[in-house]
Amino acid sequence: MAVKNIMIVGVGGQGTLLTSRILGGLAIAGGYDVKLSEVHGMAQRGGSVVTFVRYGDKVAEPIVEEGQADVIIAFERLEALRYAHFLKKDGALIVNDWRIDPMPVVIGNAEYPENILEDLGKEYKVYKVDATEESRKLGNPKVFNLIVLGVAAQHMDFTKEQWYDVIEKTVPPKTIEINKKAFDVGYGLK
Amino acid sequence: MGEKVIMLGNEAIARGAYEAGVKVSSAYPGTPSTEISEYLVQYRDDVYEEWAPNEKVATEVAVGASLAGVRSMACMKHVGLNVAADPLYSVSYMGVNGGLVIVVADDPGLYSSQNEQDTRMVARAAQIPVIEPSDSAEAKDYFKIAFELSEKFDRPFIFRTTTRLAHSQGLVELQDRVVPEDKVYEKNIQKNVMMPGNAKIRHIEIEKRNLELAEAANTLPINRVEMNDTKIGVITSGIPYQYVKEAMPEASVLKLGMVNPLPRKLIEDFASKVDTLYIVEELDPVIEEQVKSWGINAIGKEILTVQGEYSANMLRKAILKQDLDIKEPAAAPGRPPILCPGCPHRSVFYTLNKLKMHAAGDIGCYTLGAVAPLSVIDTTMCMGSSISTLHGMEKAKGKDYIKNWVAVIGDSTFMHTGVNSLMNMVYNKATGTVIILDNSTTGMTGHQDHAATGKTLQGDPTYAISIPGICKAMGIKNVYEINAFDLPLLEKTIKEEVAKDEISVIITKTPCVLLDKRKKPLYVAHEDKCKKCGMCMKPGCPAMTKNADGTIHIDDTMCTGCGLCKDLCKFDAIELVREGE
Repeated sequence: MAVKNIMIVGVGGQGTLLTSRILGGLAIAGGYDVKLSEVHGMAQRGGSVVTFVRYGDKVAEPIVEEGQADVIIAFERLEALRYAHFLKKDGALIVNDWRIDPMPVVIGNAEYPENILEDLGKEYKVYKVDATEESRKLGNPKVFNLIVLGVAAQHMDFTKEQWYDVIEKTVPPKTIEINKKAFDVGYGLK
Repeated sequence: MGEKVIMLGNEAIARGAYEAGVKVSSAYPGTPSTEISEYLVQYRDDVYEEWAPNEKVATEVAVGASLAGVRSMACMKHVGLNVAADPLYSVSYMGVNGGLVIVVADDPGLYSSQNEQDTRMVARAAQIPVIEPSDSAEAKDYFKIAFELSEKFDRPFIFRTTTRLAHSQGLVELQDRVVPEDKVYEKNIQKNVMMPGNAKIRHIEIEKRNLELAEAANTLPINRVEMNDTKIGVITSGIPYQYVKEAMPEASVLKLGMVNPLPRKLIEDFASKVDTLYIVEELDPVIEEQVKSWGINAIGKEILTVQGEYSANMLRKAILKQDLDIKEPAAAPGRPPILCPGCPHRSVFYTLNKLKMHAAGDIGCYTLGAVAPLSVIDTTMCMGSSISTLHGMEKAKGKDYIKNWVAVIGDSTFMHTGVNSLMNMVYNKATGTVIILDNSTTGMTGHQDHAATGKTLQGDPTYAISIPGICKAMGIKNVYEINAFDLPLLEKTIKEEVAKDEISVIITKTPCVLLDKRKKPLYVAHEDKCKKCGMCMKPGCPAMTKNADGTIHIDDTMCTGCGLCKDLCKFDAIELVREGE
């Protein structure tokens, strides 16, 4: 299989690492070669964070480059805007409709762009999900990333059972049920 | 075939250490090297490991273990190798008994560092051989090869990684641990006592050993020729090899697994077979300058940068001259890293900002105190430098000049090298004020213990060296321990201590907010009571934003209930709505 390129973008602390580990586990379960690239250290402290996942018959570089991503999973709108140009033609951009102001915006040195999703929708296939709100309904705002992942799963070639299996192996044991429920919510969203 | 699992580069190195039969590892945390030690702890029954206070100590511990006859290692980031430079240059003369490998992680692109130095340059200066893997599988396998070569050629080795390798995951095939028999320790004063008469002879000896190693490099399997189309030939190593394979799978490649010393014959032979030779290496032209010095035509830094990371697209443009159809990135405000919500450093920096103080800073999360709106930190250079920099300012301009200055340093950094600088201040009659931001951990690298936390690397209880005890033992009279969130006391103490013509140490002792996993308190802002004065926004807490009408909103998913905003609000607009556990 030709290499699939997935990116997960968000704000340090939003759980991009957990999400990428689930995707990595999935690729292995599918019998593929796989490489992931993550960000640790200073950027994790509330900075812009990007994680790459690549799988296929044979993967060389561990990063996804501009114009190559099949799917971008964005946990925040501004980060979706920042990385959208990494999408290939017809790539899917899944965006959590959530805003976290970066410090330059908080202190008034920059403006948070308006209408990000509308503008991105003119150029890319954008799938919006209100995962933060949906996760509150589940009673745990921390599992919003599994809801976003559920939406992304609709654009990837793995069965629901494969997703369940990897979620069970990856998330902390006590949180398996709530994470699977969150995934279901995303998987069922149109 | 062993089981195949996915591993971070650093995890693969830890696995390689286990399989290689390593018995001792010492390290100081530093991104991107830290996780090696954290993954190694799962093999604690077989491998002794520890956090050392700094990289010099870690390296010396590893040398000691090697002398005693076992395979040993030390891990650090590139700038850590500078701290370890003293033992490094001399152990190069001594050689090893048990295999000795120093893992050094470079940071092209400066994801989490103060400079972009290339470890291969240091290694060349110290005449230390260097092995460099290009993915997780090689990280594990080459690590074992490094030990074999170290013992065979009686040389300590550097195992060089970069951030991209250290923090990428790939498939690794597990193998069993094989422990070679311990080498017998034999007293050998000529080899192990580096006084001039001995060192002179050792210098001759290691030059000879390095020549032997350079000769052997021509046939080492980890220096691999992949002959393809001969129009383009590329010499590369490490992660850039993957970019080469991605961008030009049809090119011929000489992939170097050992990057110092270089295999001259192999390179000359490869160069003679290709039309145009390119050298693709991130950071400095280390391979390139040597290859060109042998009279070989090659293209490298003429078209490729010495800064940052490479990519396949960069090579497609620079070497293949391809016109890539790539969209411009959208204009989006940056999102620099910031102090976390509830970080105890924030209240200290808020207070220093309020008092219009300058601060000589240091390496750690608190370097982020330089970022707006706090903008308190004036200088950051290297580990431990805050204290000595402040001292230098006083000696240059006199004690009154530093009445609006402090040094700020974290607990782990203080134990690393700050303690030396404080000795110097006491000894040389300084009057400055040092603030030790004691959050009970090494924060930026992801919470490692150190000599003052009372826990070992394995999390077992041990002696906790007392930081105020150290300060008092040096003879400092003015030593205070304060809760970082006690704003009135903090302000009063800083004002009083900088005014004194005596050295003072203020220890703000409040654990990192990320250490305490219990459910945190929560505050909300009442829009009806908010007068839009902006006081609560001054510390720059990321959990707080302004609504369209200028009132304040607290994000309930980010607030950790530190209460700093509530303490600053004069109108009772911020209220505790949920107690913590």
